[in-house]
Amino acid sequence: MRKLLLLFSCMLAFSLQAQDYFPTDAGVKITDNTLVAFTNATIYVTPEKVIKKGTLLIENGKVTNVGKSIKIPKGAKTVDLSGKTIYPSFIDLYSDFGIKKPNRASGNSRGTQYAASREGYYWNDHIRPDVNPIKDFSFDSKKAKDLINAGFGVVNTHMNDGIIRGNGLLIALNPNSSDAYRILDTKSAQYLSFNKSVTSRQAYPGSRMGAMALLRQTYNDANWYANGNMKNKDLALEALNNNKNLVQIFETSNLLDAIRADKVGDEFGIQYTIVGSGDEFERIADIKNTNANFIIPINFSNAYDVSNPLLAQQISLRDMRKWNQEPSNLKVLSENGVNFALTTRSLKSVKSFHKNLQKAIKYGFDSKKALASLTTIPATIIGNNNIGNLNQGSYANFIITSGDIFDAKTTIYENWVQGDKNVINDISIKDITGNYMLSVNNKSYDLTITGKGAKQTATIKLGDKKIKSKFSFKDNWISITLNEDSGYTRMMGKIINPANVMQGTAFDTLGNETAWSASKKVKKDSKKKSKKSKEQPVVVLPVSYPNLGFGNYSLPETKTILIKNVTVWTSEDAGILENTDVLLENGKIAKIGKNLKARRATEINGTGKHLTAGIVDEHSHIAASAVNEWAQNSSAEVTMEDVIDPNDINIYRNLSGGTTSSQILHGSANPIGGRSAIIKLKWGENAENMIYDNSPKFIKFALGENVKQSRSPNGTRFPQTRMGVEQMFTDYFTRAREYEALKKTGKPYRKDDEMETLVEILNGERFISCHSYVQSEINMLMKVAEKFNFKVNTFTHILEGYKVADKMAAHGVGGSTFSDWWAYKYEVNDAIPYNAAIMHNAGVTVAINSDDREMSRRLNQEAAKTMKYGGMSELEAWKTVTINPAKLLHIDDRVGSIKEGKDADVVLWSHHPMSIYAKAEKTIIDGRIFFDRKEDIKKRAAIKEEKSRLINMMLNEKMNGGKTKVPMKRADRDFHCDTLEEI
Amino acid sequence: MKKIIYSLLFFFVIGNSIAQQTPADKQTKAFSIEGATAHIGNGKIIENSLVMFNNGKITFVGSAKMKIARQGTIINATGKHIYPGFIAANATLGLVEIDAVKASDDQREIGRMNPHIRSLIAYNAESKIVESMRPNGVLMAQITPRGGTISGTSSIVQLDAWNWEDAAIKTDDGIHMNWPSSFTTGRWWLGEDPALKPDTRYAGKIEEIRAYFNNAKNYLSGNKTKTHLPYQATEGLFNGSKKLFIHVDGQKEITDAVTIAKKLGIHNITIVNAEHADKVADLLAKNNVSVILQRPHRNPGNEDDSYDSTYTIAKTLLDKGIIVSVGMEGQMERMNTRNIPFYAGTFAAHGLSKEEAVQLITLNTAKILGIDSFAGSLEVGKDATLFISEGDALEMRGNILTKAFIQGRDISLETHQTKLWKRYSNKYKTK
Repeated sequence: MRKLLLLFSCMLAFSLQAQDYFPTDAGVKITDNTLVAFTNATIYVTPEKVIKKGTLLIENGKVTNVGKSIKIPKGAKTVDLSGKTIYPSFIDLYSDFGIKKPNRASGNSRGTQYAASREGYYWNDHIRPDVNPIKDFSFDSKKAKDLINAGFGVVNTHMNDGIIRGNGLLIALNPNSSDAYRILDTKSAQYLSFNKSVTSRQAYPGSRMGAMALLRQTYNDANWYANGNMKNKDLALEALNNNKNLVQIFETSNLLDAIRADKVGDEFGIQYTIVGSGDEFERIADIKNTNANFIIPINFSNAYDVSNPLLAQQISLRDMRKWNQEPSNLKVLSENGVNFALTTRSLKSVKSFHKNLQKAIKYGFDSKKALASLTTIPATIIGNNNIGNLNQGSYANFIITSGDIFDAKTTIYENWVQGDKNVINDISIKDITGNYMLSVNNKSYDLTITGKGAKQTATIKLGDKKIKSKFSFKDNWISITLNEDSGYTRMMGKIINPANVMQGTAFDTLGNETAWSASKKVKKDSKKKSKKSKEQPVVVLPVSYPNLGFGNYSLPETKTILIKNVTVWTSEDAGILENTDVLLENGKIAKIGKNLKARRATEINGTGKHLTAGIVDEHSHIAASAVNEWAQNSSAEVTMEDVIDPNDINIYRNLSGGTTSSQILHGSANPIGGRSAIIKLKWGENAENMIYDNSPKFIKFALGENVKQSRSPNGTRFPQTRMGVEQMFTDYFTRAREYEALKKTGKPYRKDDEMETLVEILNGERFISCHSYVQSEINMLMKVAEKFNFKVNTFTHILEGYKVADKMAAHGVGGSTFSDWWAYKYEVNDAIPYNAAIMHNAGVTVAINSDDREMSRRLNQEAAKTMKYGGMSELEAWKTVTINPAKLLHIDDRVGSIKEGKDADVVLWSHHPMSIYAKAEKTIIDGRIFFDRKEDIKKRAAIKEEKSRLINMMLNEKMNGGKTKVPMKRADRDFHCDTLEEI
Repeated sequence: MKKIIYSLLFFFVIGNSIAQQTPADKQTKAFSIEGATAHIGNGKIIENSLVMFNNGKITFVGSAKMKIARQGTIINATGKHIYPGFIAANATLGLVEIDAVKASDDQREIGRMNPHIRSLIAYNAESKIVESMRPNGVLMAQITPRGGTISGTSSIVQLDAWNWEDAAIKTDDGIHMNWPSSFTTGRWWLGEDPALKPDTRYAGKIEEIRAYFNNAKNYLSGNKTKTHLPYQATEGLFNGSKKLFIHVDGQKEITDAVTIAKKLGIHNITIVNAEHADKVADLLAKNNVSVILQRPHRNPGNEDDSYDSTYTIAKTLLDKGIIVSVGMEGQMERMNTRNIPFYAGTFAAHGLSKEEAVQLITLNTAKILGIDSFAGSLEVGKDATLFISEGDALEMRGNILTKAFIQGRDISLETHQTKLWKRYSNKYKTK
């Protein structure tokens, strides 16, 4: 308490200058002299410009001069900072400092809220560019103190709520002043994120891809509004247009989201500054490619407590690696030339900021870069050249330290903000740490002083025995009390010379006065050396792609591969070719024949084995961060391409079952779903590289129980019946037709991503894959399509397809079905496993799909079921998982069969490919081996080895006093058609 | 292949006159099946076999070369395969008709300690799903209640019956208990990490189970002045007449479950689902604990598990001499019960011999369920519950049944599904 008071009185001396033009009734009007000269200091004007033994001159909160030989004006207060260092105070660009958290909207018993709550604003409550946090701002002295102590002088704060969040406020952390001076800018930057506002329960967007689509549509609409085309007032769009020229700061929660945000920005010519999450090192090339400035947190996780082996084995390698690798994130970013500032965001306590930064530096992050990332870089990002440096004219925001600010042993004395002093550690308190020999009462004790400033403490030993003692160092007086068996000895004394020799008076147990003294011991070099060598060297384990078990350290290369003497299942008219050779070259199937030869080819003996085209799964939900944008009955504006997750282990597991291509479909929560992503399972590549080049355009539609919310207790969304579904389709296609008509006239039109997508369907440029069960609705959609002159491309699931197979053949639609699923809901009562065979016999192109990440790794077996149920021939059965789905996806010119010129996507099987006993031995995509059973065995061993290595490292951390956390097992995501996630 | 199609079509034209779901009459005349490869169910195989049965019981199993008088109707099954009827352990057939329709759902009673709840009386012998088992060779099943800590009492049925009473081949065979997990999921709706973390209440839950059975034991040894139905139902567990099926996953949990059950004086136990049982195989072997594995067609539990970890576990356990079977608990379990032969096939693809895999769903299951004295293998004196398949019945493309018998009764292989198949195939043909 007393310390606090002291600090407070200290502050008062400098504080509370009233504004010039404010009247005063407290006395005569006085103006304080604020001219101060700091001399003999090492001054970091910027991280690059360092002045030794320089002078810093400040007045009225600004730097008036800085340099080596500066004339100190008369009347200036002079502070001698010999041996001390001055740095510009730090800047945190991502903060919610002083902004009250918004109130969470209360629950609504009437079910989901689809419409917006606000009037006069955008149709979506989560778009809030109009929010100006100034009205909610209140300077938070307690938080300010923590930030000041950590060296920060300026923060850019904002309302941390919503997708577009409104503008920021640039605040000087000056507790001694008033808002009148502290607010540096009321419109600094605009903030965005993918997270919804807590102030509204409006359901849309219900997914990450919905949030992305919403941002795009908002930008379209802002443009439309700016051109004066809207009849109504929209305060949100108005604000968005007004904020257009501000720095746009986008908060993300993982590196995939960072890449996604950047993609949206790029489409509209906006380069976001991205708030990262500390995992950027996992795909640094992609991060670099964004060309964005980043704001990076340094919150490192604790090691897991792995002392219980049963619990320890539940932790995934991915999570264990994270602990080991993340301290190297700043180093990796910096070495790859990514421009970034640092933030205290996500730290539980600002107090850990320096400790974490020191750790990052220990892991190779350059300390000069560290300084820049806290000063000049954030200043440049925010576009304010009066902060983050100590050039003439800049704010007098600076830190005084005992030395290198990033050294753990350095003391930070003061942090001046706007020319006002904030004391962190009393500069007048001498650093007396060290080992001393204390002589009193004819005895020699070992005195060891540690700590900083007023908090310096001591331990005292007599020989090897620790003596109970009290020590304090206050107002330059040393006081020591020894508590020995013989009684107490009390000592008072002072430092008498620069060598920290102490002398004073002691009172023994009997009250006799004697002299005492202490002087520093001569350092023993050998001891220091041994201590240094004790320190563990930093070991950072290599990153794999993706960065988890079974990831690739280097991506497989395209090879020339010659598979000899194998049974080839062509999935073409050629049927099955025995004892045949297949040559893969330049990622293509180059030759099929006998006795082929190729130079420099890797030869694989295929004797007794079977080679097929890679399996194509028409209906999959693996490798996705989201599956349903359920919060509207139509979500044609969203695309699964936005949310591909290349880090899903199911990609690898699917490869192990011979699957090479998948259509990642939107779910079936609404009649008009989202656009698809068609991917190749190139394990290790990023999302963009997995998606097909010039991918055919697809969209998911859905019918039946899911879209009419049959199992939701309080469904309120139109449609609630199959009758309504028909009208909904008719409505949307009618509007799309009208939209296109207007667009074609050349008159201005409001660009609507949803309508654009539907127009593509009408024009046969985008294909529908429609989730369907009962015959009535299947027939209905064909009739709606025919009315609008287009064809439905695929019915997926299509469990009653056999009842209208003739109509399907006539319409020209394909069927992609389950082999034998039924009985899980009412509408599959008449689902039969003979469906595929009946549709096939009626002339429908039939595929067998999974809709299940487990089944998608054994679709070969599911294809075999069409032989059991309905007696399809072996060749036709095999086509249901290769060329037929490829045809349905319009990629049959590239994949789906073994034919010269096609992509080298093939699988080598140990047995007949439809046998239950068959195992995929090699799965090849574009001539690159992405799965190899032999390599897989090695990977298993490597995982085991790496895990035990990490366990040892974590145990070491625990034994050495490091903090640990309880082991956790990753939650398993299981996406199906009807999975509803919340963002 | 074409032949199969024709013979099947022929079969259905004839079959059309037979009413759907009508259980077959009691066997009145003998059958002799000749020439097939007989998969006995005990790991042995007889090529070119002769299997004869009369009055519902198997009367002869041997080589067709044997000079012995053929009884009754002779079925030439040359080139085909004959198997004992497959048995689905830990199934819920007939307890739920349509997963999403609550009104059709009878698998889960409320309350946590329900040893007295009996599955048998809710078993719907006329379920459309039950009949769809037969064309895949699944002819018997253990009907098991779900839910709670002690779910209730199971019974074993054959799958061609007018009602549950006729269906039962062993009534109230065992009590099923769900062992608590030592992990719990974070409550994501409260902003917690959804990951699994150690459950601090685990020890308490175990103590509750221990206390429950101790109380039951005290009750049973007392004068029972006031009847306690649940405790009464546990009596068989302590005298060994009923088996305790402990549904349990995880190394720690399995160890605890086995140790505690033994301490409670419950010696007749089988562990069910048993993820990671391979890691405590020695303990299971030492205590003679049999295992009903979860279906292999599921995703491995941990991200770092090898992709085939759910396929190789059977081999590991079998190698330790443990009696292993396959059960059905999990997603869409009723409709998937007909896939049980393919689960066995998957285990065969990953380590087991084909005959060991057959054993997994025949004699091993019969042993575990305590019906091996009359079911589970092609042996003289046992029930003539068997079928003839065109090919390897563990293979999708081989599992094509031409005949099936339950207790010697010549059963229908028709189902709601084959009826629709035939109806719509004909619709397009007549056009």
